[in-house]
Amino acid sequence: MNLFKIFSNKIFSKDIASDRLKLILIHDRADISPDFLEMIKSDILQVISKYAEIETGDIEVRLTTTDEYEGNSPALIANIPIKKIKR
Amino acid sequence: MGESIVITSGKGGVGKTTTTANIGTAIASMDKKVVVIDGDTGLRNLDVLMGLENRVVFTLVDVIEKRCRLKQALIRDKRFNNLFLLPTAQTRDKNDINIKDMLMVVNELKEEFDYVIIDCPAGIEQGFENAIVGADRAIIVVNPELTSVRDADRVIGKLDSKGIDRHEVIINRMNYEMTKNGDMLSVDDIIECLAIKLIGVVPDDRKVTISTNKGEPIVLDDKSIAGLAFKNIARRIMGEEVTYASLNGSSSDSGFFATIKRMFNAI
Repeated sequence: MNLFKIFSNKIFSKDIASDRLKLILIHDRADISPDFLEMIKSDILQVISKYAEIETGDIEVRLTTTDEYEGNSPALIANIPIKKIKR
Repeated sequence: MGESIVITSGKGGVGKTTTTANIGTAIASMDKKVVVIDGDTGLRNLDVLMGLENRVVFTLVDVIEKRCRLKQALIRDKRFNNLFLLPTAQTRDKNDINIKDMLMVVNELKEEFDYVIIDCPAGIEQGFENAIVGADRAIIVVNPELTSVRDADRVIGKLDSKGIDRHEVIINRMNYEMTKNGDMLSVDDIIECLAIKLIGVVPDDRKVTISTNKGEPIVLDDKSIAGLAFKNIARRIMGEEVTYASLNGSSSDSGFFATIKRMFNAI
């Protein structure tokens, strides 16, 4: 933690760079194209729609880092708001 | 039998040729027999940085196409008689050389020299393949910028897939002012992302431009901080333990030099 950060609200561009770099490398290394991600997304939605009504406008499926694991292994994060569970 | 080292980066303009000229000169100044090879056929510049551009007669392409013997193409350095340059052709392109011929040249040089240092061109095409084929180890040069680090990551992946797993990184052009202001990726950020061993940090130094103007590698300038950084890297390449901490200015030190030394926790 940088001391300066505590006393100012300034966002350091190095931190933005560092976060962007991590994501870029994850995508480069995983070699997953946006099309491929889109395919995963539509399959996940198909499965979930069997059990629940989904807010289709706010769906987010993306690759990110995992803080829990060593070595920057990528994680697939899906954020799918549910309107109603089907019974 | 000598050791061959490729200096590579993926991205252009990060300082590969400057690094090659300086490390070559620094190792030669420590009494080892060194040859530096320009791998950038069509856009050669290593001759210019070494100040040897007027002495080029035969090139790597002439050797491969058997217009001369390997010894005839080697140019002896102005300052160290145990340092040689193997220039490449300016009016040909990288596809005029194949990996088989390049491997033969590097292996022949390894018999004669302690260190064979290959300056890799930018990119990951034929020129890259030619430059790495004979290399025992690799040094990747990065600048503390997203684009450079990203390309370096690709290159490290390529090197791994070719079986060159001995690789280390030089972070070149660390800027003191920008680091202080939080506007530059840190050494730790870069090392962590690339998961690679660090072999040195070279501060941004205006004197590098001056040395390029003169055709005299910066390691010849005893007062230059970048020159000192390159010298330390050369010693580490030769297997010497040069601790980063050894250069730390004590807290009583003042002035730009001491500050920069503390800032980088040395070079």
